[in-house]
Amino acid sequence: MAKILEKRRLTPITQLYKVDAPLVAKAARPGQFVIVRVREGGERIPLTIADYDREAGVLTIVVQEVGTTTRYLGQLEVGDEILDLVGPLGMPLEIPVEGHIVGIGGGFGSAALLCLMRELRARGDRTTIINGAREKDLLILNEELAEVCDNLELCTDDGSAGFHGLVTERLQQLIDGDGPGRPDFVVAIGPMPMMRAVTETTRGKEIPTLVSLDPLMIDGTGMCGGCRVTVNNEVKFACVDGPFFDAHQVDFEEAVRRNKMYVRQEQESKDRSDCMKLAVGQD
Amino acid sequence: MPVKRVQKTPMPERDAVLRSHDFGEVNEGYGIAHAQFEAERCLRCQDPICIDGCPVRVPIPEFIHEVAKGDMRRAAEVLRSSNPLPAVCGRVCPQEVQCEEQCSVGIRFKPVAIGYLERFVADWEMEQSDIDITANLHRDEKVAVIGSGPAGLVCAGELARLGYPVTIFEALHAPGGVLRYGIPEFRLPKDVLDWEIEQLKKLGVEIRCNIIIGKTITMDQLMGEMGFKAVFIGTGAGLPSFMGIPGENLNGVYSANEFLTRVNLMRANDFPNADTPVMVGKRVAVIGAGNTAMDTVRTALRVGAEHGLIVYRRSVEEMTARVEEHQHAIEEGVEFHWLTNPVEILGDEEGWVTGLRCIRMELGEPDESGRARPVPIEGSEFVMPVDNVVLSIGNKPNPLLLQTTKGLEANKWGCLVVHDGTSETSRERVFAGGDAVTGAATVILAAGAGKNAAAEIHQDLCANAS
Ligand SMILES: Cc1cc2nc3c(=O)[nH]c(=O)nc-3n(C[C@H](O)[C@H](O)[C@H](O)COP(=O)(O)OP(=O)(O)OC[C@H]3O[C@@H](n4cnc5c(N)ncnc54)[C@H](O)[C@@H]3O)c2cc1C
Ligand SMILES: Cc1cc2nc3c(=O)[nH]c(=O)nc-3n(C[C@H](O)[C@H](O)[C@H](O)COP(=O)(O)OP(=O)(O)OC[C@H]3O[C@@H](n4cnc5c(N)ncnc54)[C@H](O)[C@@H]3O)c2cc1C
Ligand code: SF4
Ligand code: FES
Repeated sequence: MAKILEKRRLTPITQLYKVDAPLVAKAARPGQFVIVRVREGGERIPLTIADYDREAGVLTIVVQEVGTTTRYLGQLEVGDEILDLVGPLGMPLEIPVEGHIVGIGGGFGSAALLCLMRELRARGDRTTIINGAREKDLLILNEELAEVCDNLELCTDDGSAGFHGLVTERLQQLIDGDGPGRPDFVVAIGPMPMMRAVTETTRGKEIPTLVSLDPLMIDGTGMCGGCRVTVNNEVKFACVDGPFFDAHQVDFEEAVRRNKMYVRQEQESKDRSDCMKLAVGQD
Repeated sequence: MPVKRVQKTPMPERDAVLRSHDFGEVNEGYGIAHAQFEAERCLRCQDPICIDGCPVRVPIPEFIHEVAKGDMRRAAEVLRSSNPLPAVCGRVCPQEVQCEEQCSVGIRFKPVAIGYLERFVADWEMEQSDIDITANLHRDEKVAVIGSGPAGLVCAGELARLGYPVTIFEALHAPGGVLRYGIPEFRLPKDVLDWEIEQLKKLGVEIRCNIIIGKTITMDQLMGEMGFKAVFIGTGAGLPSFMGIPGENLNGVYSANEFLTRVNLMRANDFPNADTPVMVGKRVAVIGAGNTAMDTVRTALRVGAEHGLIVYRRSVEEMTARVEEHQHAIEEGVEFHWLTNPVEILGDEEGWVTGLRCIRMELGEPDESGRARPVPIEGSEFVMPVDNVVLSIGNKPNPLLLQTTKGLEANKWGCLVVHDGTSETSRERVFAGGDAVTGAATVILAAGAGKNAAAEIHQDLCANAS
């Protein structure tokens, strides 16, 4: 059980939680994740560790409400307990290159850059974050991100804040020497299409790139193999070998396809949780 | 006086057609009358060799004699003195290659139904409300147990009985190991497991789920700042193997572990009341022929498959599943494709499984395992239309703990190395047993290993206390 200590709405579908999880906070490293279950009979879902405070024993997670479990989680209030929380899972991020490190975040992914970029900057790297969203109101954590890196670049599809265009367009400008300049290393976390586009942007340019794959998971310990992905023609279990992989070696097509395995059931479950929410609202 | 009867007293079973659509237990268990009737068949041999067949040396004739006399309480005591998980073992032990294979009655007749009797006595015990267990943790040395499968549960129980404060750390959200996530409800009701775990809690054992040793807490922390004086590793062999054939990552392909975990641990059979789904089409092919494969194919029928197929490259003779499981699977309509080896999983444009390309096999010379080696028959390839493929070709120990723990030695299969005939690992005060040491084996071997390790830990701690 992990108690929710703080909760903050970032966008209409995204909330930030600070939870009491001293053991996990103590062991956590950037790039790792937790698995949570929010009710009896509930699903186990993976969530990235956005940040941690070892002293206070507090973990920060940022969750986008897209389906049943994330929405059940969204209904929990400060003081409520998350039924099960286990971690830290996965391999910590290793950035073997020093220099100008560019982190690219979209959706909940921007949150995961918090602890990573802070650590890289402490190590002496020059750090840039490209934070992207469709429009200004969907950009999350601008202030917090600005604090942990040297340059924060904002991008919106509609131009309502920062650079008018996609994160990959801004990335290309950096590669061409604009702003903070050419990256020596890129880490991208966010929706699959964004990570794929970033991968194509840096491909063949000798800019090593890592992406965070987000396959469906159950145990998170290597026991089920449900999270398998193909990287460099080898099968890997993302929960123990990843979730970060060499972007230029990832079989994205397969990863996207495997994530669609339960679309019908996910919709059914979501419809049902809608009904239950209505039913609860009625009495 | 023993009574000569050729046949075992049959186990009352639920009708195959009805049961293959639900998760209720298949075997209903003996009543008192069945049990006493069967107990009379035991010859009470001078030299009871059945005991040699049992990995934990249950005093078999002794407990059966108590059943015959009608003293179930005494029978339960005798049984528990050597087997800490009788209700589980009575249901899942492969008695046909253990105690019952040795049984002297079996030379001319069917052997005494030792397993059924064991289960009867254990179930009787579960129904008694006046069995009181209380914690008496008088030792100072805290012991940590990693993993809550049969090895860990038994080790913890034995240590608590000796007075040690024990904490079990379990990675998943519920304890039991394979007994929880692997073996289905229709063979081992979770109530039975829950009851056993309840007894451990009464003995004072603390169970902490959602903690992965090597990730959440390291071994060094356990034995350092957390103050555990000894550690038992019972982390099992939970890493699924894949075949490496084309098409394994198509949608609709599972490992048996994933398939069974979705249903047993996550309750996918109750979707959408429970939130985790499982995807089964009309025809489900399960590759392999061990207990896990039988459990998987029978589970597939229960979650909606119309056809459950076992595809195995060897013949029925070489199958490793228990006879009872095989028999039940036949009764429930499972189709068996022996001497058939999958070479490729086929899919449609959207990446969903449509079929399994197989090649027929014939048996050749025996291989290292002593079983006849299957060799492909050239030109015999064919396609079997299927909607799902579940791979049940074995599990290896999980490397998680090893990767993050210094000084733990493992062999080339990833199994922890222990000193000859003991449970001692290469690291001081760290003991291990069960599947983590042997590779995938059986419940009773894991339970026995947990029990032996508890005795060794006790000895070690006593020797160092003075
Ligand atoms: C390592 C890892 C880290 C993650 N970190 C975060 C995080 O920090 N914050 C966060 O909000 N989410 C994160 N995710 C994704 C999150 O786990 C899923 O959104 C969640 O499982 C959805 O559960 P649900 O029951 O709410 O929705 P479901 O009913 O399961 O799905 C609803 C919709 O979301 C899509 N979906 C489901 N799972 C995924 C997935 N893994 N990736 C992309 N789309 C998916 C489905 O296709 C469907 O359209 C992470 C995933 C992984 C593997
Ligand atoms: C489907 C199936 C059917 C079977 N049927 C039979 C049968 O009929 N009869 C029979 O005798 N045997 C059967 N077996 C085999 C039997 O279940 C196993 O041999 C036995 O469970 C092994 O026990 P164990 O305690 O060593 O490990 P497990 O039961 O595997 O338990 C290990 C536990 O440790 C946990 N763990 C692992 N790593 C860590 C870590 N780092 N930190 C914390 N926790 C950790 C795991 O989550 C797990 O809960 C079957 C196996 C399967 C998979
Ligand atoms: S524990 Fe297993 S092998 Fe031993 S007597 Fe009981 S059923 Fe037979
Ligand atoms: S989630 Fe089960 S092996 Fe990765």
